[in-house]
Amino acid sequence: MTDEKKSTSEWPLWEVFIRSKAGLDHKHAGSLHAADAAMAIENARDTYTRRMEGVSIWVVESKYIHASNPDESGALFEPANDKIYRHPTFYDLPDEVKHM
Amino acid sequence: MTSFEQHFEDKINNEVNIEPRDWMPDDYRKTNIRQISQHAHSEIVGMLPEGNWITRAPSLRRKAILLAKVQDEAGHGLYLYSAAETLGITRDEMIEQLHTGKAKYSSIFNYPTTSWADMGAIGWLVDGAAIMNQVALCRTSYGPYARAMVRICKEESFHQRQGFEILLSLVRGNATQKKMAQDALNRWWWPSLMMFGPNDDNSPHSAQSLHWRIKRFSNDELRQKFVDAATEQAKVLGLAIPDPALKWNEERGHYDFGEIDWEEFWNVVKGNGPCNKERLDTRRKAWEDGEWVREAAMAYVEKRKNRSQKAA
Ligand SMILES: [Fe+2]
Ligand SMILES: [Fe+2]
Repeated sequence: MTDEKKSTSEWPLWEVFIRSKAGLDHKHAGSLHAADAAMAIENARDTYTRRMEGVSIWVVESKYIHASNPDESGALFEPANDKIYRHPTFYDLPDEVKHM
Repeated sequence: MTSFEQHFEDKINNEVNIEPRDWMPDDYRKTNIRQISQHAHSEIVGMLPEGNWITRAPSLRRKAILLAKVQDEAGHGLYLYSAAETLGITRDEMIEQLHTGKAKYSSIFNYPTTSWADMGAIGWLVDGAAIMNQVALCRTSYGPYARAMVRICKEESFHQRQGFEILLSLVRGNATQKKMAQDALNRWWWPSLMMFGPNDDNSPHSAQSLHWRIKRFSNDELRQKFVDAATEQAKVLGLAIPDPALKWNEERGHYDFGEIDWEEFWNVVKGNGPCNKERLDTRRKAWEDGEWVREAAMAYVEKRKNRSQKAA
């Protein structure tokens, strides 16, 4: 199929993560196409940091990202729902107790 | 309704965003692909009318600004193409649809930019109209589209302000300069109103898109907001909006305005605007001329991969 040939001639897709300033995490900014990692970083600079939005860039080829399946999000995340004792507000302490 | 459909509807009704790997109805996917890719094409083709004036900007300051603005539009196109790609269409497919005319882009970019004042009118009116639309889309239901819109809206406000400032300089200049500004407004006003699309009763996809929260406001609602804002802004410029029917309506709390020339609108949509052919030819040529670059870059990567494999 011609479509197949076409999509394989595309430059690979990369996911871009940007640290907006020192001390903060890298955060997903978006994606872009580039032939290799060096080009992906350059393109990410031009595409996602034209207004000093970043001090550091990570790129990873999209095919290496493994994601959880939204259909299984119940099984994955619901077990945390009934464990409210993991939160400090669960514990009822007298007002006299300070600095806790 | 299947449980997948129910789950999807619940999310839509509860203002929960839909994300790429979530189940969604085929039509929701298709409508988003169509809308996001056409939006992306508009950003990309939209670089051409303004690109026309970069080399002839009247000062270094104006040139640097225009260059930055046009570069932003390229960025907007890229954010949107990658948002559309999360729905399963490839970049190449979208570009092919643009080049064959299967996908549309905003008709406004099929009008020529004949004077420097057009850079002012485009920033003020065309970006202004786009902003009306895009601010509303920051809350669209498809997550990647909404996030691209937030990013874009942050950048757009400079576009409108620089355009308004160009016109402000012209109206404060000599009589010829003021006339240039008025002439640009005369030519860009009506096409800008057309950017919001057909009237609500002639907009077949609107109801479904509003239900799915792909659109948040109707075409006519956004157009009215734009007319209200731009009419007041025109007063600051001391320019006359070319619509004899434009009049404040106390009862509605809005400006009434004249009927759009829908024949012209559909004519340009169908490909018969002043620059449709030129715009598409330019895009196709850029794509074809760039082909060897795209191939060479991949060939270089392959070669280096092979070399490092041999060395290892
Ligand atoms: Fe834009
Ligand atoms: Fe813009």
